[in-house]
Amino acid sequence: MTTTPATADDTTETILIVNGAPVRLAGDPTRPLLAVLREELGLVGTRFGCGQEQCGACMVLIDGEPVYSCSREIGALAGRSIVTVEGLGGGRGLHPLQQALLDEQAGQCGYCLSGMMISGAALLERNRRPSRREILDALDRHLCRCGVHNRVVRAVRRAGAAMDGLVDEGTA
Amino acid sequence: MIPNTLPQSLIDNPLLSDWIGFEPEGRVRVSTGKVEIGQGILTALVQIAAEELDVAPSRIRTVSGETSGGPNEGVTAGSTSVAMSGAAIRLACAEVRALFLAHGADRLGVPAESLVVEDGRLRRDGRDTGHDYWSLAAEIDLTRPATGGAPAKSPTQYRVVGTDLPRVDLPAKIEGRGFIHDMVAPDLVHARIVHRPWRDARLASLDEAAVRRAAGLPIEILREGDFAALLGEREFAVQRAALIAREKAVWEGGTPLPDDTNSPDWVLAQPSRTRVVDTGTPPEREDGEVVSATYWRPFQTYGSIGPSCALARFEDGQLTVWSHTQNPYALREQLARCLGLDGAVTVLHRQAAGCYGHNTADDAAFDAAFLATRRPGRTVRVLFTREDEFMAAPFGAAMVIGLRAVLGPDRRPASWTIDIASPVHSNRPGSHGHHGFRSREALPDPPPQPVIRNDNPDAAGGGATRNGYALYDLPFHRLIHRTVDPVPLRTSSLRGLGAYANIFAIESFMDELAEAAGADAVAYRLSLMSDPRARAVIEAAAEMCGWPGDAPRGEGRGLGLGFGRYKNRAAYMAVAAEVEVDEAVRLVRIWGAADCGLVITPDGAKNQLEGGIIQAASWALKEELRFADGKVATTNWDDYPILRFSEMPEIEIRLVGESRDPPLGVGEAAMGPTAAAIGNAVARALGTRIRALPLSRERIMAALLA
Repeated sequence: MTTTPATADDTTETILIVNGAPVRLAGDPTRPLLAVLREELGLVGTRFGCGQEQCGACMVLIDGEPVYSCSREIGALAGRSIVTVEGLGGGRGLHPLQQALLDEQAGQCGYCLSGMMISGAALLERNRRPSRREILDALDRHLCRCGVHNRVVRAVRRAGAAMDGLVDEGTA
Repeated sequence: MIPNTLPQSLIDNPLLSDWIGFEPEGRVRVSTGKVEIGQGILTALVQIAAEELDVAPSRIRTVSGETSGGPNEGVTAGSTSVAMSGAAIRLACAEVRALFLAHGADRLGVPAESLVVEDGRLRRDGRDTGHDYWSLAAEIDLTRPATGGAPAKSPTQYRVVGTDLPRVDLPAKIEGRGFIHDMVAPDLVHARIVHRPWRDARLASLDEAAVRRAAGLPIEILREGDFAALLGEREFAVQRAALIAREKAVWEGGTPLPDDTNSPDWVLAQPSRTRVVDTGTPPEREDGEVVSATYWRPFQTYGSIGPSCALARFEDGQLTVWSHTQNPYALREQLARCLGLDGAVTVLHRQAAGCYGHNTADDAAFDAAFLATRRPGRTVRVLFTREDEFMAAPFGAAMVIGLRAVLGPDRRPASWTIDIASPVHSNRPGSHGHHGFRSREALPDPPPQPVIRNDNPDAAGGGATRNGYALYDLPFHRLIHRTVDPVPLRTSSLRGLGAYANIFAIESFMDELAEAAGADAVAYRLSLMSDPRARAVIEAAAEMCGWPGDAPRGEGRGLGLGFGRYKNRAAYMAVAAEVEVDEAVRLVRIWGAADCGLVITPDGAKNQLEGGIIQAASWALKEELRFADGKVATTNWDDYPILRFSEMPEIEIRLVGESRDPPLGVGEAAMGPTAAAIGNAVARALGTRIRALPLSRERIMAALLA
């Protein structure tokens, strides 16, 4: 067995705002955001699915926009605000979309949900009364293999109604 | 009524304590050999246990798939878990409840019949007796064999079974927890495997310097025989190294796969063994009109969104493996055998992304276990790359299905022949006496491949022949089964096994026969179907979709219907689909009607059926593996697209069964009927039939130009 010396410049420091708190990250600025979240910050809710920005399991909010985290280098994100599923509720319990996913039982294996919640929450920030088509388009970058798509659509609608202050049990 | 004979799981694991235990703070342990693979089984089993014990579901903690203690119930597959594990838990819980009632009655000096249990407390005449399961637990030894002597509740008494208990595993998952991928250990070492691209490939060279450069941080490269693994402290570095190693590894020898591997011609050119099973009376004369057609289902992949993961730790001669295997006991046995660790292996099931058949979970477990033996005292964590998920996973077996009917004067089939050619549908660990681990084959001195691989026997539901026997009233049925073997690739169980393609073929053919008979497709089916439960789901689906609709044939829009009873003994299901076809197929709406008998969790059953419809639609419209340069060429989701949100039809499910009938597995019921419904709808919309799956843009264009 042999090892190679680290090639990273360990003097580099990158500061990110993660779920509202600043985080100082020393070392290799080319390491992917997903690896930092999962391995260094213990935020394991963001998922590795493909590593190729094709499945959406790793989606996080960067300055409010849903962005794949699997290939995004932290060095390019200095000072940006990142929100993961762990921060979606803003420290006030579950985000309405998380609650709506439970209410609609919108899950089978649940692996893809972290990413979908990110894109769904971003949509609801802009539009609390999205149409089915708008929801389908907003979630189109997310793959699900179990087939809970229609339940997730219903959950997004329900969450939007709840956020609008219009509790609408008939949303389903 | 649920029969009170001992189910197989209770015969295999007879002690009540194998299944149930009372724990501090008013908790109940319920153990099962079945595992959660995204289908919601643990929720259903909690409901069954809560029902028979008369405790709140929230008191129950499930222990699932742990060889250190739980019952061995074999593989979680084939839509059998509610029927198998549910039956065992139902009777075991009923017996435990009866034991506690009898013991409580003794203590109180009252007849047992005067006591009832309410949320674990013994009550009499509406008053609490001061006794409960937990206070009496020390006085009752549950390490005794179940007798099956205590009556389970009748379905009319159910209060928990048949209600929509929310999924017990979902709260953690929507908070981003609960997966094997998230397990950490202070001594974790991350690993990736450099998988062989084809069988018996020799690793001629690996540019280790390039791999180390790509890692950017120190990594180990472990090579034994043609097996190579990359290990390191940081996952991202190991992952980078793995992607470069895939490119830099030079392979030679072995059996590279030809570019046309995924074609009927290639499958039919492989060696095969044939058997013929005749049922009924052959017609005296075969001079009627002959209708025949050949259908094709390609090699496909299960394509879980999360790649397979496993952890293993070897210390003091004991190996512990955490895995999302479907069969913890079989995995333990094969690991022990391959690693020479008889009696020293523990397998603990942990949940992962959805499992739709024999995936790479067991391979990842072997990889982690083997590496753990080479790095004692460390917890080795293996993750598959997405690229290797596509390349190294077992393939859903391709099938060539010929159908031939001789029509009698009444236009009904007087003679029916189905001719199925397919490689085997199971190569799980232990199948064919083989370990089944991909990496074991790459290590030095691999055990030889089995000389012969036989497919799953018909009595066990069949592999390629699953649902090969059409359920219609046929006076003479001939089944020709060609087991394509040996083949230089690993085929195994993909959700539904042969049922998916057989039902697609049979139900497509039924439409073709109806057309030949000048009959309506639904009416023709019903004229050949005497099973009332089958008729009921067909009629329900037809009614839901407004059959036959008003779209003229061949003008781009159409309805289609397909029916199947999974394994001819699990749930009945009919699916109707409405499609629009221009250059590609657009799913407008899908309806499903199912009879699953007693349903434990109606919303869970609907979730499984909806999900099955979507997955089957994706298989039917989009999915086929491609081969080039000797190996799988589809290595990412762009190469192998699956049905996306923007392509989702609205789906409506109706459960039409009766709770007095025993529960019938639902997990795989939707697959074949969905493909058939879509195929039939597309045929109606196009005015011409495509008999090869998937019904891709290329095939639609070719049909339009023909």
